Amino acid sequence: MELTGAQALIKSLEMQRVEVMFGLPGGAILPVYDPIIDSSIRHILVRHEQGAGHMAEGYAHVTGRPGVAMVTSGPGATNIVTPLADAYMDSIPLVVVTGQVATTAIGSDAFQESDITGITMGITKHNWLVTEPSDIPRVVAEAFHVATTGRPGPVLIDVPKDVAQASMDWYWPEPDDLDLPGYHPVTVGDPELVRRAASLILEAERPVIYAGGGVLKARAAEGLRELAERTGIPVVTTLMARGCFPDSHPLCLGMPGMHGNYTAVTAMQKADLLIALGSRFDDRVTGKIDAFAPGAKVVHVDIDPAEHHKVRHADVAIVGDARIVVDQLLAALDAAGLPGSAHTRSAPGGSPADASEGGASLPGSEAAAFPRSRLVPWRATLSQWQERYPLVYDPADTAGGLKPQMVLETLRDATPDDTIVASGVGQHQMFASQWWQFDHPYTWVNSGGLGTMGFAVPAAIGAKVGRPDRTVWAVDGDGCFQMTAQELVTASSERVPVKIAILNNAYLGMVRQWQEMFYEERYSEVYLSPDLPDYVGWAEAMGCVGIRVESPEEVGPAIDKANAVDDRPVVIDFRTDASEKVFPMVAAGMSNDDIVVDPSLVGEGR
Amino acid sequence: MSPYGTDRRHHTLTVLVENKAGVLARVAGLFSRRGYNIFSLAVAPSDDERFSRITIVVDVESAPLDQIVKQLDKLIPVVSITELAPAAARVRELLLATVEAAPDTRGQIIQLVGVFEGKIIDVGPDRLTVMLAGAPTKLDDFEDLIRGYGIVELQRTGRVALPMLDRSDQRPRAGAGVTGPAHHPEKAG
Repeated sequence: MELTGAQALIKSLEMQRVEVMFGLPGGAILPVYDPIIDSSIRHILVRHEQGAGHMAEGYAHVTGRPGVAMVTSGPGATNIVTPLADAYMDSIPLVVVTGQVATTAIGSDAFQESDITGITMGITKHNWLVTEPSDIPRVVAEAFHVATTGRPGPVLIDVPKDVAQASMDWYWPEPDDLDLPGYHPVTVGDPELVRRAASLILEAERPVIYAGGGVLKARAAEGLRELAERTGIPVVTTLMARGCFPDSHPLCLGMPGMHGNYTAVTAMQKADLLIALGSRFDDRVTGKIDAFAPGAKVVHVDIDPAEHHKVRHADVAIVGDARIVVDQLLAALDAAGLPGSAHTRSAPGGSPADASEGGASLPGSEAAAFPRSRLVPWRATLSQWQERYPLVYDPADTAGGLKPQMVLETLRDATPDDTIVASGVGQHQMFASQWWQFDHPYTWVNSGGLGTMGFAVPAAIGAKVGRPDRTVWAVDGDGCFQMTAQELVTASSERVPVKIAILNNAYLGMVRQWQEMFYEERYSEVYLSPDLPDYVGWAEAMGCVGIRVESPEEVGPAIDKANAVDDRPVVIDFRTDASEKVFPMVAAGMSNDDIVVDPSLVGEGR
Repeated sequence: MSPYGTDRRHHTLTVLVENKAGVLARVAGLFSRRGYNIFSLAVAPSDDERFSRITIVVDVESAPLDQIVKQLDKLIPVVSITELAPAAARVRELLLATVEAAPDTRGQIIQLVGVFEGKIIDVGPDRLTVMLAGAPTKLDDFEDLIRGYGIVELQRTGRVALPMLDRSDQRPRAGAGVTGPAHHPEKAG
């Protein structure tokens, strides 16, 4: 069968079972847009290419499938650089197709030419410039393979216009036909290292499971829960991992890091063992690295060996997929005599017969010598911290506007448990992560590593496209919203009924907080005005329902009204208190021991 | 002391890469964006036309060698990496130099080239172009000695290296770490 390169490209995407793609056409990509008319793939026409990239990320976050975006050469391609960098930092599988000028024009500074493979080399897992139409099916298959296996990440395929127009004989490659001689991700952990990790776990007195985004990428939430429940080890969930372990679970300590809660931060500081699962010791988690968790041994499970010893030396570094290694760890703990049910998993060879007996073990019995009894003092300490240093705010103090925390609590309580929440970057993101209760995996969509303002609106749209059955709220700041709000036109015209809660404090709030705390309240270039733009008018102009909320008693009814709308997007402009700061806080470069809690908690001793 | 001096900071990585457009840029870009220092770099086709070999001498004071190797290994076109510690490698380099050679000093230069087992590859009325292949320290010494005569132009290729052979079974000696699918389980994802 003879196809054009363009037809082969779209057919290849169909072969990869792509159901939806986000994009915007232009000159160089024109040939590839023609076969879309006849394709089963739904194409969502964005208003700016950055929106296409973030939508693809939101889609990938909630579905676990690669997000696909397609844009033209030159400015189209450079406009999607930010989403690529974002996806690279957060290990989001994306496949981005860019048009390119004809091969004969490459290097001649042709109209809308940019060296996008060169530009994105450092922010993609890999990229390809296709020079032969016959390469297209193989390159697409390779691209999806690379994006979704190992440590997931974004990839880019650059397709020159003449390659898209030329014809080729259609084929679809077998797995053996992929030309990736240097790519062999390891997914199964080294059994000896797993055994050593298990014995560290059995010896620990103050262990903490430090769960990162890799737990979600590996679909390891179930195994993590079993590991935590059977060992009694408490869990912190990083910003990228919120929802991988239920916030309502008694073993959940919540989010660690710069704006993590006191108990999560301090538990890591005082731990004698950190079990890092798919987490990378990000500086926002560790604070000053030399002072981070000084007494802890480290078991580090990561599919990317380059993360081992990069920031923090690991006593046991296991290369592997978090889901597989957690299952291996459970089997090794079974073999070592850990009590508790193992009937759902195949018993490892040579394990004592009593190790796989079902039912709860009795404290004090020999089999239960580990671990619960040993962890009692540790758990008691953690409980004391939780009681003494909860997250707090003063709901009665409404003189300066709505409390953002109160808006989030009301929103949380008025929406279904499995609501998907997307956020931008800044104070509203931290408030959302702190005050939402994440009890389900894949319900939190945010920009963690790159910290991309403007992420929320397009990411929420992509999430809603991927999970139309779910309620999707974006929690956004007024600064962030203005960066990408135009995508609500896309949402309206494509009938994607997302809901946006703008916490409008008329400031670039996080920068303002730092200027207040570290620059002697010298507010430089952070004021945005609450009324310019008119958010309600703007929302309505984009085909959305617009609601303004200024007083506390209006918050609940406005949210109920928004939840009742399901045929168009809704934007609520919540007028919040600009003086409200995010606490706790570990100042940049400081030790996590120097965590600053809400001023109202100070004076009771720390 | 010559800037080309060998010391323990400098480890040699021989990197087998796919012979595709842009691979060198990927390797060089990785070093630049992660702040690793390249001391010397040589690229050439390998004995298999699908692959090229890049020999990189890295400064392990700029970053831990373990990180450099693992980050390199994450590049999709990198097939395998062999790390040669200074004591476990046969390292060679080629030097070309054009030297001022007036009639009164010409004899001395020719003699020096002979002592170092180099070659004279071009002769002008008052200049000589000489070639010397050998261990980098030998080239350093030679360079120091001819400097007094007046170096017009000098080029060195950067180093290439192979693991030192074990006299008994001809396996690479300890210290020659190898990564890659055939040898190493820790291939990056």
